[in-house]
Amino acid sequence: MNNKIINDMKRNIILTAHLAGEGHIPSSLSVLDIIWVLYDRVMRLGQYQSNDVAPDRFILSKGHASLGLYAVLAAKGFFDSENLKDFCKYHSILGGHPDCNKIPGIEASTGSLGHGLPVAVGLALGAKIRQLDGRVFCLIGDGESNEGTVWESALLAAHYRLSNLCCIVDYNHSTDRALKVGNLAEKFTAFGWQATIINGHDHNEIYDALSVQTVDRPKIIVAETIKGFGVKRMENEPAWHHRSPTEEEFKEICEELRDGYEETICPNC
Amino acid sequence: MGMRKQFVQTVEQLLSCDEKLVLLLGDIGVFGFKRAFEKHSSRVFNIGILEQATISLAAGLAKSDNIPIVHTIAPFLVERSFEQLKIDFGYQRLGGNFVSVGASYDYASLGCTHHCPGDVGALQSIPGMEIVVPGTSGEFDTLFHQAYSNGNPTYYRLSERENSESQEVTFGKACVLQTGNAATIVAVGPVLKHIFPAIEGLDVGLLYYSTVSPFDKLTLRENAAASGKILIVEPFYAGTLAYQVMQALKPRPVVIDFVGVPHEFLTNYGHAEEHDEYIGFSSQNIRTKLEALINGQ
Repeated sequence: MNNKIINDMKRNIILTAHLAGEGHIPSSLSVLDIIWVLYDRVMRLGQYQSNDVAPDRFILSKGHASLGLYAVLAAKGFFDSENLKDFCKYHSILGGHPDCNKIPGIEASTGSLGHGLPVAVGLALGAKIRQLDGRVFCLIGDGESNEGTVWESALLAAHYRLSNLCCIVDYNHSTDRALKVGNLAEKFTAFGWQATIINGHDHNEIYDALSVQTVDRPKIIVAETIKGFGVKRMENEPAWHHRSPTEEEFKEICEELRDGYEETICPNC
Repeated sequence: MGMRKQFVQTVEQLLSCDEKLVLLLGDIGVFGFKRAFEKHSSRVFNIGILEQATISLAAGLAKSDNIPIVHTIAPFLVERSFEQLKIDFGYQRLGGNFVSVGASYDYASLGCTHHCPGDVGALQSIPGMEIVVPGTSGEFDTLFHQAYSNGNPTYYRLSERENSESQEVTFGKACVLQTGNAATIVAVGPVLKHIFPAIEGLDVGLLYYSTVSPFDKLTLRENAAASGKILIVEPFYAGTLAYQVMQALKPRPVVIDFVGVPHEFLTNYGHAEEHDEYIGFSSQNIRTKLEALINGQ
């Protein structure tokens, strides 16, 4: 696990939200490790970065965690990281939720929960119809799993044996205070998926789970995560869900994330 | 042959010549598409009764360079799946075809759960959504061929009732069926049988719209600007096209009256024709409204 890169991206997330006074930081920190491993080690991206159809595709269905995806896409060169400084400004390409018609590398415009997985099912089915190689990855939240379309998609993907589809649940227990979703691995297994439970912040576990494709059924990876992971004051603290740090908090958080490293991606951080 | 049978025939023919076409049935019309299931088993799906996921899935198909057609009953296709149509197709600017049956109260005996006079009004609020209201089976065939692969989301409203003959329709264009100076009728889809008897001997224009969105403003402006008196005969909620008509004739002041479905739940059953009578989809009512419009009453 490359702590420096991860911490750099976390600082970018914090900085971006701080400059904009906007953003869902804890959700972004919850999904960051998963998205990074996907883009760094699992997905085939070569053609994608030249705007052709990608062999592998990823949908961040919980679009409010956009800062996590933006940090990874910037680190991977999909767009200039300077764009992060314009996050949520009037003419920015980067909004609170991602827009696939504005941002290179964004597969679907998400934000309303429960849309990404059925779109991913369509991508996977479409690839199967056209006999195209490539896998489709979709990241949803545990709160999002309250949505009926998630379970409609679970039925469909199992019925059509979409082995090219892999859904990752960012299980940070944010919905425990409302409608608990219980054992998602058991539930998806009952629908006909192959389920794996991992630590969603352990890069080796993430890689092992993501890199192996199933044979005859879709795959669900239930990733146990911590909302706000890596920034102690935010971890599992609902008050931070949609709040950006003050100047003082920002400096303290940056120190916490510096972790002995002096270089940063963003010179201002 | 009826619009539903025409839909089957049109899509069967296109499935054979366009490899990108994928048909998703919401567990209706399955028997009708029996041959298509046999011949194109990899691209014809009885997807089940889960309309919201079906629309999103169709968007995924569109992103995979396929051309999806989704077919089910109007309220479930449009109202239940509205957000999926809005975001996954409208906002993302994807192409797809949504073909409904059960226009307004075609399924009168089934009650309000199966009525959908609000479909066109809801869909025209989605930027970029195209809306086609064919008046006959032949018009559906023509319009579907013209628009199904144009890269935009397009709604086709099939009706159990048809006009007696097809007009020479073009997607996005209104037909001028009669010119006249005293007033102008904007007629949409399968309503012409009530209109022709109503306008006998009157100096009124008759514009026929089989495409509602995009709305052909130019034809209206060229043919209705003189009188500024418009009677909209629309087989869905009355007033649905009022904004389009006023925009087309702006800045000229206009007087508009409507023959359309009232904003109420039609809780009676029976036959669609009985609802027509209650609503005023009749030659007599149209004539009365026209004369009142012309005489400034």
